Amino acid sequence: MRVTDQSIEKTVSIVLRTGVVISGLIVLLGGIYFLVRHGREPANYHVFKAQAYAGHYIVNILRGVWSLQGRSIIQLGVLCLIATPIVRVIVSLIGLSLERDRTYVLITSIVLLILLYSLISGAAGAT
Amino acid sequence: MNTIEFTGVVLIASVLAGFVGSLTGLGGGVIVTPVLTLFLRVDLRYAIGASLISVIATSSGAAAAYVRDGFSNIRIGMFLEIATTLGALFGAYLGAHVPTGALSIIFGIVLLQAAWQSVHEHKGNKPALPPDPAAERLKLNGDYYAEGKSEHYSAHRIKTGFGLMFGAGTLSGLLGIGSGSLKVIAMDQAMQLPFKVSTATSNFMIGVTAAASASVYLSRGYVNPAIVMPVMLGVLCGSTVGARFLPRLPVTVLRRIFAVVVAIIGFQMMFEGIRGHH
Repeated sequence: MRVTDQSIEKTVSIVLRTGVVISGLIVLLGGIYFLVRHGREPANYHVFKAQAYAGHYIVNILRGVWSLQGRSIIQLGVLCLIATPIVRVIVSLIGLSLERDRTYVLITSIVLLILLYSLISGAAGAT
Repeated sequence: MNTIEFTGVVLIASVLAGFVGSLTGLGGGVIVTPVLTLFLRVDLRYAIGASLISVIATSSGAAAAYVRDGFSNIRIGMFLEIATTLGALFGAYLGAHVPTGALSIIFGIVLLQAAWQSVHEHKGNKPALPPDPAAERLKLNGDYYAEGKSEHYSAHRIKTGFGLMFGAGTLSGLLGIGSGSLKVIAMDQAMQLPFKVSTATSNFMIGVTAAASASVYLSRGYVNPAIVMPVMLGVLCGSTVGARFLPRLPVTVLRRIFAVVVAIIGFQMMFEGIRGHH
């Protein structure tokens, strides 16, 4: 298979669309379920309540999804959304290495490394 | 206000945020944050978490169409992402040693100036710059569809653009803000890229920068599912619609929308700086 810039663009576009549709559907389902159960309760978000997620964030979410908690289903969708741009970088890296574009394999690898470093270390504190 | 009403209000504001954010390359935070904090009295930390998710949603929602239609230049995006992500790390490191209040005010003034310049000094007659050999080597030149036909463009002043992007990343790390405005300005004014390519490429990039810092906000509990749910769904709808509008909108209109939004961010920054909340 010949890999061109056009095919990389097409694949990246499909990856982004898939990520958006999957995460959107999960959040929609979780959201409807959440509103059916808690929609009549007062909305009060004036006070910040830090939840103890430390270290077990993903495990907690999966446990919540398993016990059908609307909030956890929403959070699963949010995680899928956050993963979308990261998967996009990985997919372009694969495409560029198939295209044998050495300069951009290097550039994309650097971006991916910085990205993973910030994700794991939690160093970059901003958007 | 009960939860259903709250969800409805946030959903409507978020559709608008996604629409404007995808057209300007600035993300949806500009609208989402003030609506949540000023109008709905949500704690700032929840608003920051929602704003982060709105940026990723705007970026991913619109980028699929922008990449397919050739508005987002993947290579320019990847190349400049090195500068912004390194800058963000550097800014987060500097954070403790720099008076962010003063910086915030200066940044606000810079943005107001940039907003003015974006409309007034740019009437389509760009000064003819010599082609940058680095753009050729890095394959940063490209084609996009303008008014039904394919048009070629080249990137200029690569070093200046890269430097500005590092600055944009550093500021976002220091001030905790989206750096979309500086990204668009660097690509539009320094690198002389077509305006739609600048906003769409910025839109493409902000998702990665935001995703990089997501773990911090998730682990601190800033991302409240009940608030993020309408934000994410609304922004995804708004940005999908925005991406369909971009090819048809005249650049002058787009520049005007951009200038207004950047001016609002500028005032917000100055206000934050004076109030000293950073």
